[in-house]
Amino acid sequence: MSVLLHLTLRSIANRRLTVSLTALAIALAVAMLLGVERLRHDAREGFAQTISGTDLIVGARSGAVQLLLYSVFHIGDATNNVSWHSIEAIAEHPQVEWLVPISLGDSHRGFRVVGTSAEFFERYRYGRGREIGFAEGRPFSDLFDTVVGAEVAARFGYRVGQSIVVSHGAGEVAFADHDDRPFTIVGILERTGTPVDRSVFVSLEAIEAIHVDWVGGARIPGVSIPTEQLHRFDLRPKAVTAALVGLNSRVAVFRVQRFVNTYPDEPLMAILPGATLQQLWSVIGVVERALLAVSAIVVLVGLAGLVAVVIASLGERRRELAILRAMGASPAHVFGLLALESALIGLIGCGVGFAMVQSGALLVGPWLEARHGLLLSAGWPSHGEWMLLGAVMSAAFVASLVPGFRAYRYSLADGMSVRI
Amino acid sequence: MDDDTNTREASAIAIADLTFAWPGAGGVCLDVPDFKVSRGERVFMHGPSGSGKSTLLSLVAGVLEPGAGRIVVLGQDLAALSARARDRYRAANIGFVFQMFNLVPYLTALDNILLPCRFSCERVSRLEVPAPAEARRLAERLDLEAGLLDRPASELSVGQQQRVAAARALIGRPGLVIADEPTSALDADRQQRFLDLLLAECDAAGTTLLFVSHDHRLSRRFERLVELRDINHVGRRAPG
Ligand SMILES: Nc1ncnc2c1ncn2[C@@H]1O[C@H](COP(=O)(O)OP(=O)(O)OP(=O)(O)O)[C@@H](O)[C@H]1O
Ligand SMILES: [Mg+2]
Repeated sequence: MSVLLHLTLRSIANRRLTVSLTALAIALAVAMLLGVERLRHDAREGFAQTISGTDLIVGARSGAVQLLLYSVFHIGDATNNVSWHSIEAIAEHPQVEWLVPISLGDSHRGFRVVGTSAEFFERYRYGRGREIGFAEGRPFSDLFDTVVGAEVAARFGYRVGQSIVVSHGAGEVAFADHDDRPFTIVGILERTGTPVDRSVFVSLEAIEAIHVDWVGGARIPGVSIPTEQLHRFDLRPKAVTAALVGLNSRVAVFRVQRFVNTYPDEPLMAILPGATLQQLWSVIGVVERALLAVSAIVVLVGLAGLVAVVIASLGERRRELAILRAMGASPAHVFGLLALESALIGLIGCGVGFAMVQSGALLVGPWLEARHGLLLSAGWPSHGEWMLLGAVMSAAFVASLVPGFRAYRYSLADGMSVRI
Repeated sequence: MDDDTNTREASAIAIADLTFAWPGAGGVCLDVPDFKVSRGERVFMHGPSGSGKSTLLSLVAGVLEPGAGRIVVLGQDLAALSARARDRYRAANIGFVFQMFNLVPYLTALDNILLPCRFSCERVSRLEVPAPAEARRLAERLDLEAGLLDRPASELSVGQQQRVAAARALIGRPGLVIADEPTSALDADRQQRFLDLLLAECDAAGTTLLFVSHDHRLSRRFERLVELRDINHVGRRAPG
């Protein structure tokens, strides 16, 4: 065995260029495979943790995915609101530790405006329990204060202290501006990779305030209440779109869910965000599986290249194999020599590929996360990655048998005499 | 019968009733009823190209298996050995020099000389000094400068390569050295020098030498001349 290893290493060293190019091709393929797998895993993880630390999301009764989509991802609209009375009742449930109401319906230059309480910034968690941080400024406190998400700020170059106007309605084409009630940016959030980045946060009272002289989506003609007069109105919300709920103990989650689902005064529903996120992922997860399939094919191409290179070298090496036969090498030795060589190249390819992903994750990972909210974590291979690496190495091993068998057949047919 | 066994024991090579045909080839290539080489003998074998000299050497080396008959090398019946054991036996007991391209190109000259020692412990065990030291001694005897030994084989001249191959064949004193046209790539002057060195070393070690060549000028140096046609009866005997 040590004879073979010695010969193999010398032979590889002698053909460094071809061998390293072949190993590089395999390394790139493996890096792609592992990179896709890691992005896929991290994307799923990140997605499943778009919202964490919230035990229940409460909204008007509809579909679970629909409630998640509009309350967390701001996609689509609520069919109904939840009355403030019900919100108060749920908040008073003995198992409920905190409740953050959310009121949607307005927008700012295509981004959703989220009416909520300042507690939102303390309670909202994403990833593995990470809090929202402020890149600049502070939470809102005055009536017309606003806090904007990282992407909103980046897109329009907003700074703390700037004035912005919100529009009635959602989507790119808003119906009418609330230009009589401008907001002042008091805070800009750090990037989270969640829909929070694409949101503009104001207080619930502000949502009420900009709508006092509105009725049914339009300004009341001829009525304009000056901003100084607003304190005379009752700005407590009458209804909200949804609410994030945290419990004293996770054990109570189904009890509270039942309490909400069977609430007598109004048809409501409560969902577990983690479970519903998984449900949603299974719908969009097809894409990632297609990606993985593509990179698996790239690996196969790389291995086919390995076999081709080693077999091509065999033609030149028949003489060398005949010499080894004369020196006492058995056909099994010759087989081992060639198989060991291609297995080694495959192994080196896998190792280098893994190192590439690892250093890529270390070097580019922070940038990817900051710029694109994409998670690419460095670390030892996960279970799934070990499986992939194992599969690639087995495939490399199987591929290595091909030149091995050819050399074996040659050496039996040639004996010690060298054919050209 | 006993007599027969005794001569076989005393022979370096004893072939009886051997036939061999290449698979796929039309007819029989070799038909050797009786051929013996005694221990320590130096035999010059010649014959026209394609007559089967190299094939016979492969059979003696146990790389090819005969269709019928018996080949005893240094007292060992090759047919009694498994394929793996034949490979080991060859590694331990037979040294080779070929016509050209004898060396593994990516190994140094020294590593090439040591190659049989890597495949056979017996060769190593027959040495009185460590294998690399013995390799250097042989190289010196064969007129190879010490500096050459650490160069890759591919950087040596053809004459140097042949001498490295001779050192490799001789290391660990195998009982039999087989040389298949080892001088045909050398000019006349070098041929003589190479042969001098090879014969001197074989003498020193008491090694049997089976030397195949077209070149009759070299035959004077040998005790015995064999024309392959004389021992190979292909086409002479009626079938059956
Ligand atoms: N690997 C092989 N497969 C099939 N036939 C072979 C093979 N090697 C040799 N032969 C055939 O066997 C016959 C003898 O070949 P061999 O190489 O033994 O001749 P040779 O006497 O050594 O010739 P030369 O003096 O040219 O080296 C030839 O007719 C050749 O065609
Ligand atoms: Mg020949």
